[in-house]
Amino acid sequence: MSDITQLTSALSSNRPAISIINGRVIDPANHIDKQMDIHLQYGKIIALGDAPDNFNAQQVIDASQQIVCPGLIDLRFRLREPSYETKGTIASETKAAVAGGVTALCCPPDTVPIIDNAAMVKLIRLKAETEGVAKVFALSALTQQLKGEKLSEMRELKDAGCVGTTNALQPVKSTLVMRRALEYAASHDITVFIQAFDPWLSDGCAHEGAVSTRLGLAGIPVCAETIAIARDLQLIELTGATAHFCQLSSAKAVQLIKQAQEDGLPVTADVTTHHLHLTEMDIGYFDSNCHVIPPLRTQRDQDALRHALKSGVISNIVSDHQPHGSDAKLAPFAETEAGISGVETLLPLALKMIDDQAMQLSDVLALLTSQPAKTLGLQEGTLSIGSDADICIFDPQEYWVVDREKLLSQGKNTPFHSWELKGKVNYTFKAGEMVFQSNK
Amino acid sequence: MIAKNIQLDEQGRLKHFLSIEGFKRQHLVNILDAAEPFANVHEQAVKKVPLLRGKTIVNLFFEASTRTRTTFELAAKRLSADVLNINIITSATSKGESLLDMLHNLEAMHCDMFIVRHNQSGAAHLIAQHVSPHISVINAGDGCHSHPSQAMLDMFTIRRHKKEFANLTVVIVGDILHSRVARSQIHALNTLGVTEVRVVGPKTLIPTQIETLGVHVYHDMQTALVGADVIIMLRLQKERMQGALLPSENEYYHQYGLTEKKLSYAKSDAIVMHPGPINRGVEIASSIADGPQSVILEQVTNGIAIRMAVMSQTLGRSSGGNA
Repeated sequence: MSDITQLTSALSSNRPAISIINGRVIDPANHIDKQMDIHLQYGKIIALGDAPDNFNAQQVIDASQQIVCPGLIDLRFRLREPSYETKGTIASETKAAVAGGVTALCCPPDTVPIIDNAAMVKLIRLKAETEGVAKVFALSALTQQLKGEKLSEMRELKDAGCVGTTNALQPVKSTLVMRRALEYAASHDITVFIQAFDPWLSDGCAHEGAVSTRLGLAGIPVCAETIAIARDLQLIELTGATAHFCQLSSAKAVQLIKQAQEDGLPVTADVTTHHLHLTEMDIGYFDSNCHVIPPLRTQRDQDALRHALKSGVISNIVSDHQPHGSDAKLAPFAETEAGISGVETLLPLALKMIDDQAMQLSDVLALLTSQPAKTLGLQEGTLSIGSDADICIFDPQEYWVVDREKLLSQGKNTPFHSWELKGKVNYTFKAGEMVFQSNK
Repeated sequence: MIAKNIQLDEQGRLKHFLSIEGFKRQHLVNILDAAEPFANVHEQAVKKVPLLRGKTIVNLFFEASTRTRTTFELAAKRLSADVLNINIITSATSKGESLLDMLHNLEAMHCDMFIVRHNQSGAAHLIAQHVSPHISVINAGDGCHSHPSQAMLDMFTIRRHKKEFANLTVVIVGDILHSRVARSQIHALNTLGVTEVRVVGPKTLIPTQIETLGVHVYHDMQTALVGADVIIMLRLQKERMQGALLPSENEYYHQYGLTEKKLSYAKSDAIVMHPGPINRGVEIASSIADGPQSVILEQVTNGIAIRMAVMSQTLGRSSGGNA
C-alpha cells in the first residue's frame, strides 16, 4: 500500500495554486452552505474564504452562479478492467466518472481475475493511479472466488487497501458460511456490503408483477430480496458485524432496514438513481436498457425508496455504473446483460429529488459525498482544510439533454437517453488537478 | 414511457403482427373478415390466389414446430409467395448474436417478410425494431409472451360457431404461466368483448396479477366450467413435473383434465378447443378430443385462412389493404 500512497503524494505535491471564487460552497460534512472563495495548493484545500497571505493563484476559476462541493463518491461502479476491456477500461470509465463530478469510486470484486488477493488490489490501484483520472477503491471478495464456500483473506485485503468486502452478485447460499464471514469481518472492523437476493427465487429478469405477466418474462418476486435481507439481518444481530445493503429495490426491503436501524443494528443502505426514477412500466415493449438487477419494481416501491432517502433510512445514492458493448443489449430481453451506464447521469438524477421530493440541495449532496465517505471509512467527501482537493463545480440550473452517443463511458446503455435533466458539471478536480472541464 | 405501436404504419395499417395487445377491436375484426373468403379456398380445385406473387417470405424458426410452420408455409404458398424455411436451433449462449446476424444476412437477400418463432419473450419485437423498413415481421410465438396468429385462428373458430362474442363465457384451462397462447387469447377475447374470461389451474401455473389482463382466476375446474360457452384446454409440457410445479400427470388429469363428467358442467352447446399438440389422458379425455363438441381439427384448418389474412394484410398494404 505504502508504495502507491507515496506515488500519489509525490504526484500531487507539485499541483498548482488555484482559487475558485464567487461560488456557493456546499460542504455537508462541515455544515457549510455559503458563498465564498476556496483555495487549493499542493493538491490540498488550504483555505476557505480569504486567501492566505503570500498565496499567489496561478489559476482563478470564476464559479459565479455555480455550486462548489466535494467531489462525488460513487459506491458501486464497475470499471470492467481487468478482463472486460471491450466494455470499459480504467481510463475510459474514470474519464466518464469525472465528467459526472465523481472523483472517487468503489468497485466490487467481480472482475476476472476476482479481487480475492492482495496482488489484484495493488494492480487495480496502480493502474488507476497511472491510467485513471479518478480515485479507485476496491471491495474485496467475501469468499474465495466468490463461491460462497471459504473465507477470503479479507484482513490481508484490507491491509492492501480494500475498503470493505462483498460477495457482489454471487449468493452465499450457506447460512453457516455467511455467519462465519460476518463474524470474521467483524473481528477486523471490515464493513460487509450485501447484495441481498435469494438465489432460488431470483431466476428471472424482471419484477414479478403485472408487467412480467403481460410480457411473459420470468419474474423476480419482492420476497427474493426481503428473504435474503431478513436472513442476513438476523446474522448481523448475532455476529455484531457492520453491514451495508446495496441497491434496495422494494418498499418491503426499506421497511426491514428501517426496523433494523431502529433496533440499533449498524446497517446502512443505498439506492440507484434508476430505481429512483424508473419502474417496471419503463420496460414498455422489452426495452433492454431497463434490464437491471435488482429489477425495477412498482410505483409504490419507487415512492418508498424516495421517501427512505428523505427520512435517512437510505443514506447513499449510487450509479451502479455498468457499461456494456452494444451487443450486450441486442437480444431478446432475458438474454441481454443487466445494467446501466449510469455515472454521467448520477448527479442530475439525484438533484431531481430536490424538485420531485422537496429535498434540500445540501441534503442531496450529502448522499453523494459525506455519507458514502462515512460508509466506506474514507477521508474524502469533504472540503475541510487540509483534505485532498477533490472538488466538483456544477451549474444547478443548467438544463441538458442526455445523448447516449455523447457519453464518455464506453457503455452507451442508458435508459435516460433524450431525458432533459437539470444540473451540469463544469469542472472536476482530483487532488488539486483539473481532470474535467466542460466544453462550453 | 409510452412506446409507439410499431405494429402499425403511418396510415394506421398493419405493418407487423407481433402481439394482440396494441390492436383495437376493428383491427381484429378486419383480420377475421379477411380470413372468411380464404377459409373456402381449399374447397376450390385451384387453391392458389395470386395476392403475394413475387414476394419472398422467410419462416425463421428458432424453436421446433411442425403445425405452426406448416400452416404458415401453406398459407404463403396459397397466396403464391415464395417461401424459405430456416430452422435454427441455437445454443443458449449465442442465441442473441445469431438472431440479429442471421437477420442482416437474410435482409441482404431481399426478403419481404419474416415469420419468427423463438423461445424467448420479445424476440419478434426485437427483430421488428431492427429490420429494414420494407420488411414485415409476423410473430409465430415468442417465449411465454405472445402467439397472435394462434389467438386469431381461435377467435375465427369461435365466431364461426357462436356468431357473436358479446355474450360468451370463455374458460382457459391449464398452464397459463408458460402459455403465450393464453396471453394472446385473453387480449383478443377482451378486445372482442366477451362477457367473461376465466382461467383455471393450480397457483403454480397461474402468473401473478393475471387479473390485470382482465380475467377471473379459478383453482377448481368444476366451478370454473359452470355456464361456459367455450373451453380452451392448454398443452401441459412434461418438464413442468420437474420444477416442483405439479406432483404428477395423473393428479393433474384428475384435477384439470377435461373428462365427460367435468364437461357436463358447461353449457350443453359448449365447444372444446386445444391449440395442439394434445396430450391425451393428461389434458383431455380422448372421447372428448374426438367427440362432437371438439373443434380441434377445425382450428388447424382455420389456421391457414387466418395466416393468409394476416400475410395479405401486412404484405399487401401497398395494393390497398387497410386495417
